[in-house]
Amino acid sequence: MTRTPLRPLARILSARVKGENPDVIEVENLHQRHETMRDRARQGSEGRLVVLVGCFVVAFGLIGARMGLMAATEPMEPTSAAMGAQILAQRADIVDRNGRVLATNLVTSALYAQPHLMIDKPRAARSLAMIFPDLKEDWLLRQFSEGRKFVWLKRKLSPEQMQQVHDIGDPGLLFGPREMRLYPNGTLAAHVLGGAGFGREGVRSAEVIGTAGVEKYFDAFLRDPAQAGAPLELSIDLTVQAVAQEVLAGGMQMMNARAATAVLMDVASGEVISMISLPDFDPNTRPAPPTSGDPGDSPLFNRAVQGVYELGSIFKIFTMGQAIDIGLVTPKTVVNTQSPMVWGKYKIRDYKNYGRELSIEDVIVKSSNVGTARVALDIGAERQQAFLKELGLFEPTPVELVEARGARPIVPRKWPDLTTMTVSYGHGLSASPLHLAAAYSTMVNGGTKVAPTLLRQKGPVIGTRVISPETSAMVRGMMRQVVVRGTASFAEVVGYPVGGKTGTADKPDPRGGYFKDRVIATFASAFPIDAPRYVLVVTLDEPVNMLLSEPHRTAGWTAVPVAAEITRRVAPLLGLRPQLDLGPDNGLTLARN
Amino acid sequence: MTEMVYGGASIMAGEPVLPRWWRTIDRWTLCCVLILFGIGLLLGLAASPPLAARNDLPAFYYVQRQIFFGSLALCAMVGVSMLRPETVRRVGVLGFIAVFLSVMLLPVLGTDFGKGATRWYSLGFASVQPSEFLKPFFVIITAWLMAASSEINAPPGKAISLSLLVVVVGFLVMQPDFGQSALVLLSWGVIYFVAGAPILLLGAVVGVVVLSGAVAYQASQHFARRIDGFLSADIDPRTQIGYATNAIQEGGFFGVGVGEGQVKWSLPDAHTDFIIAVAAEEYGLVLVLVIIALFAIIAVRSLIRLMAERDIFTRLAGTGLVVVFGAQAMINMGVAVRLLPAKGMTLPFVSYGGSSLIAGGILVGMLLALTRNRPQGRMGDILSQGRVGGGQVL
Repeated sequence: MTRTPLRPLARILSARVKGENPDVIEVENLHQRHETMRDRARQGSEGRLVVLVGCFVVAFGLIGARMGLMAATEPMEPTSAAMGAQILAQRADIVDRNGRVLATNLVTSALYAQPHLMIDKPRAARSLAMIFPDLKEDWLLRQFSEGRKFVWLKRKLSPEQMQQVHDIGDPGLLFGPREMRLYPNGTLAAHVLGGAGFGREGVRSAEVIGTAGVEKYFDAFLRDPAQAGAPLELSIDLTVQAVAQEVLAGGMQMMNARAATAVLMDVASGEVISMISLPDFDPNTRPAPPTSGDPGDSPLFNRAVQGVYELGSIFKIFTMGQAIDIGLVTPKTVVNTQSPMVWGKYKIRDYKNYGRELSIEDVIVKSSNVGTARVALDIGAERQQAFLKELGLFEPTPVELVEARGARPIVPRKWPDLTTMTVSYGHGLSASPLHLAAAYSTMVNGGTKVAPTLLRQKGPVIGTRVISPETSAMVRGMMRQVVVRGTASFAEVVGYPVGGKTGTADKPDPRGGYFKDRVIATFASAFPIDAPRYVLVVTLDEPVNMLLSEPHRTAGWTAVPVAAEITRRVAPLLGLRPQLDLGPDNGLTLARN
Repeated sequence: MTEMVYGGASIMAGEPVLPRWWRTIDRWTLCCVLILFGIGLLLGLAASPPLAARNDLPAFYYVQRQIFFGSLALCAMVGVSMLRPETVRRVGVLGFIAVFLSVMLLPVLGTDFGKGATRWYSLGFASVQPSEFLKPFFVIITAWLMAASSEINAPPGKAISLSLLVVVVGFLVMQPDFGQSALVLLSWGVIYFVAGAPILLLGAVVGVVVLSGAVAYQASQHFARRIDGFLSADIDPRTQIGYATNAIQEGGFFGVGVGEGQVKWSLPDAHTDFIIAVAAEEYGLVLVLVIIALFAIIAVRSLIRLMAERDIFTRLAGTGLVVVFGAQAMINMGVAVRLLPAKGMTLPFVSYGGSSLIAGGILVGMLLALTRNRPQGRMGDILSQGRVGGGQVL
């Protein structure tokens, strides 16, 4: 392309000749060159603008097409919110060691109202008040007319009540399906089972959650859908539980006790066969926790697990067992039992003076505080603490109840020699009857540690060794002597040799010191004592035996007869054969097949 | 001028202003803008009462404000469209300086209204988002610089505009406002492209943009969260996008009916960023396509008119304005249909928002001013010169 110079010499010269301004020529040429440049740039831009138009058309077309595509697809239900809130209403059953149902579910209905759908609110309120005496007509009417859209009226309905509500015929009264927890055995094993209540509630279902006992302890397990409804098998034997509860309730009444508790434990596995705490409650209508007064007086209080008491002379077995085990004494060793024993400004007394000296066995049989205290001094504080700790008396029991975690034994903080002596006969250290049952199981089962459990075990659970089998045998021998010729003579059961130890502890006065006439009477026994299978601990709170001329409060007169009656009736149920020595001429012929 | 003829009737030299405006203006674009504004009011009637109810205001409070600001915007549009290109350029450059100053002062004086980005000036009765005004003015100054650089012995306008771009984008990213900075970058790129950029260089610029996007993704959580939400395959129905998608699907082809839509109750930005979802739900695909067609008509018509434009500044500025306007609409709708990651960007003239409306009015006014029929030195122009009125030099 030819370029015109901005100042062409020929034109400049001719312009100068004519006297014109040559700059005009430059401006003109500059303008022309700009014009050409502009036209070239426009042509170049035109192509690029076409590309841009294409981009816009494609982009808008894409958006339109995408809109069309989305408009053509079916909308999906918004799911995420509803799925997360689904309530699992399935809860596994709880059965006893033989598969008998302790807790199950029942289909029922909840009643709710949607007042804006109701036709005749006053009539509905009147009719409902007649069906449910606990609902007041004016309260109902107020609920219906406050402008609310939803009112819960009843959590559980019986089929009859449901039919009656149906018959009111009001479209604003509606039913929500429910599963409720049912305890078909009523008060039996109430403290073990605990109870269940509703958690989150929806119209279509409600969550059943455990509120106490194993229901709460195993709540996650019972609600776990992965278990596929497999029941929770407890170690409880329903029949034994029923019998023991009946006897204990009778014994509590006869001995005028405020409360009573019993624990029956398998010495080999630590399984709790029966656990009773009286007074008790019906888990189907679990009462609300008391808001005033001592929670320990509430029926909800599980004395066997939560009740930590100074259990008294029961502990002497532990002292003597340890002394024998470490070779300090034998059952025949004689100790000084001069009462009162003076230690600094304190005096340790026996129930009555048993003379200057007794053998170890007689110390147990007669339950001498002085003799036990002297032996404990020889053991020493450190070894005593270590032994009691090994028996599990310093820690909450590992039993599968939510309540057990909080039931920590009350252990003296300082442990001078005086504490060594008082603890040796069961004062100054508080533990629960369940602790005691586990510790006694350890003492009599050959000397291996027992951990209490409420779950059914497949066989014996061998724990760590605490005392030697020989010591265990000597302890059993002394326990048997307590029954044969000692404080627990009422414990004798025909056919089932029982060994045990009584304990009568003065109740601590909350204002300080101890009550003179209020005791905790406990009898810990094992049967059959020659090869123990079960340990039974019976504790009565403030018992008074008024059957004789004068009131008796000691365990031998109160807890022991009750325990004996339980043993007598429970032992055959547990499959133990009576050992009867009938002699050769008893008129019976043994049948064999 | 002295009257040459005594007693002669006074005759205006040239054509009167309004008829000439009416004759030379792009009436199609004007119509489309008015229709868009009408649709915006219609959707505002549906989308804003839930917001008004949440804020305890009369049901149509936001519609009234929309009418007020819309009228202002339309006045601004008509007024600006009457300006000559030179005046547009001067106003644009001065306006850019003023608005850019206010953008720079945002971190000091601005407020974030609790939305995580400082973009607004609170004036009490209303709030102003200066970055909305920045876009058209930035386009004008860029076009001016680039056009000037094409002269003989011209200053290096392209280099200057590039450095200006970097500064402006830097301030927008600081807010942070990645949507607006993307728009500014895009408009600059297109202006440069139309001004005759070497293709190789454009490729390099695209590369830089992608890279800086990646850096922003790493550095800013605000940015990364939105990108992540976009990239994840399944839609969480509780996000804004999820609601919008559901609304578009619910609407189908003809909508669920006027006032029957649900999405406006669940989307906090139903009246601004997701107005298209409300349109799709209540009026269906039909109205959405109409809206898309209106934007497309405005963009394509303006570009075609600019193809014939001889003046470099006019062409570049017009192109930049079209890009800002059209791309903003595309981004807004592209977010709703999940073609683009979520960004706070209004739909021009349709979404509620005073700043957006008035800035849109100024923008379209400038565009109309630049796309007016002018003699372009073609044969037809020369032949009709007499009718146009030779006295005018354009």
